[in-house]
Amino acid sequence: MNVAIETHQLTVAYHSTPVIWDVNLQVPQLGMTGIIGPNGAGKSTLLKAILGIIPKLTGRVDVFDQPIHKACADLAYVPQRSTIDWDFPTTVFDLVLMGTYGRLRWFQRPGSKEHDQAYEALKLVEMEAFANRQIGELSGGQQQRAFLARAFVQQSSIYLLDEPFAGVDAKTEKALIEILHQQREAGKTIVMVHHDLSTVEQYFDHVVLINKQVVASGETASTFTSQNVEKTYGIAAGCLSDAVHV
Amino acid sequence: MFELLFTDYTTQIVVVGSAMIGAVTGMLGCFAYLRKQSLAGDVVSHATLLGIVVAFWLNWLVTGSGSKSLVVIIPGAIIAGLASLLLTRLITTTTRIKPDAGLGVMLAIFFGSGLLMLRWVQRAQPPISGSAGLENYLFGMAAAMTITDLWMIGLLGGSALLTLLLCWTQLKVLTFDAEFARSLGLPAHRIETLLLALFVVSIVIGLQIVGVILMIAMLVAPAAAARQWTQKLGPMVWIAGGIGSVTAAIGALVSANQNHLPTGPVIVLLSTIVVGGSVLFAPARGILWRQKHVS
Repeated sequence: MNVAIETHQLTVAYHSTPVIWDVNLQVPQLGMTGIIGPNGAGKSTLLKAILGIIPKLTGRVDVFDQPIHKACADLAYVPQRSTIDWDFPTTVFDLVLMGTYGRLRWFQRPGSKEHDQAYEALKLVEMEAFANRQIGELSGGQQQRAFLARAFVQQSSIYLLDEPFAGVDAKTEKALIEILHQQREAGKTIVMVHHDLSTVEQYFDHVVLINKQVVASGETASTFTSQNVEKTYGIAAGCLSDAVHV
Repeated sequence: MFELLFTDYTTQIVVVGSAMIGAVTGMLGCFAYLRKQSLAGDVVSHATLLGIVVAFWLNWLVTGSGSKSLVVIIPGAIIAGLASLLLTRLITTTTRIKPDAGLGVMLAIFFGSGLLMLRWVQRAQPPISGSAGLENYLFGMAAAMTITDLWMIGLLGGSALLTLLLCWTQLKVLTFDAEFARSLGLPAHRIETLLLALFVVSIVIGLQIVGVILMIAMLVAPAAAARQWTQKLGPMVWIAGGIGSVTAAIGALVSANQNHLPTGPVIVLLSTIVVGGSVLFAPARGILWRQKHVS
């Protein structure tokens, strides 16, 4: 198994209260990995710690056997929709173009090559008709498509998505997951924080069950068991077992 | 009213200087506005009073004469402005004090000490020559602008705008989403410090005409007005520069003609009118436009 992301004893704290601790993980290069856990379990924190955008207390993250600061170009991040300033004066096209900024040198502006790449990415998510809309004028699903396009334009080998289906209708969710599965077939590694337990088996090849610490991780079929899910969500989670058919 | 503009040298300097200052503060103000750091701008401008008075006093200690030249004043103002922001960042990252409280505390500490120093320097015995007039930094003193000041404003404002143009993509993506900027591998911390330095520079040159108390309006009002007219950052920055420049020039001209009207407040009122007009009438975002198209 080729490993895309590996964390060693990763601990992240906020004001000396650990949010996640001692996380040892291996994310396989092939397939789609879901990060599953209750609210406040540190799912987003784990994603951000992998990306190196929040400071870690201890531990190490390797991306394709490289330390994280050398691997920025390998990672494309789709943040949670609620963290975005939707009133920011930027169009959909501008937003997607930002995905190319990591490749630009200082003092360089995106040129025709970057514009073409951004347009291609918009076509991939079927959003080219909305290129000139301000991002706040889009529906939740369209916003998510635009952010996926921005991730695609980064041409990274790993996508890290933070709850991309939050506030998105079922039809759009299906369309988005199809696009992501296409990317998976194209050999991309996809890591996604996910909320809805009922779709875990359908969407993911691998799961990471986390509640501050990793409860279990591995192939979905053997890891996403009712026992592990209850352990992750606490003993009061018996009602969740309906969602898990093992 | 425009007579003086063509005949009077002092008026020309003041109007040109105000227009330059308005353009710089308007353009850079967009970033303060979009990063929701307007209050930080207010803290910086209030903090500069302390820097100005201390710089004046130190210069007097060294040279023996009191000088209010921008060459003396500006370094002090920049240092105090930056210090207030860096201290705010320090206390909000190392303690549990929330950012808004941190900013409020810093504003009070710096402005309070500034007022204290101002009174002390102005009432010193034996009197410090040239200390009269320092209090004009509270509300601005456009009429006192000299050709040397103009050069200083041009140099500082010009370099700030050049930096803005050169680092446009980095500043833009950081302003939109700092975490995403970091995920791209951009040195977010350094870009942020650069942006803070640009704010401080624009605030410091603006003090000359509107003073420390009203300075915030020159940063935020043009940006708030410009935001109503466009959905893209580039045009927003140019429109805000235009609004800032025109309101500052007209304000300076009006107060040059009417001795009893102070420049700073006139500029601030003019830009407030532009904000009001924009919020009401701008297409797509304006209140009246939206009412018309909803009904």
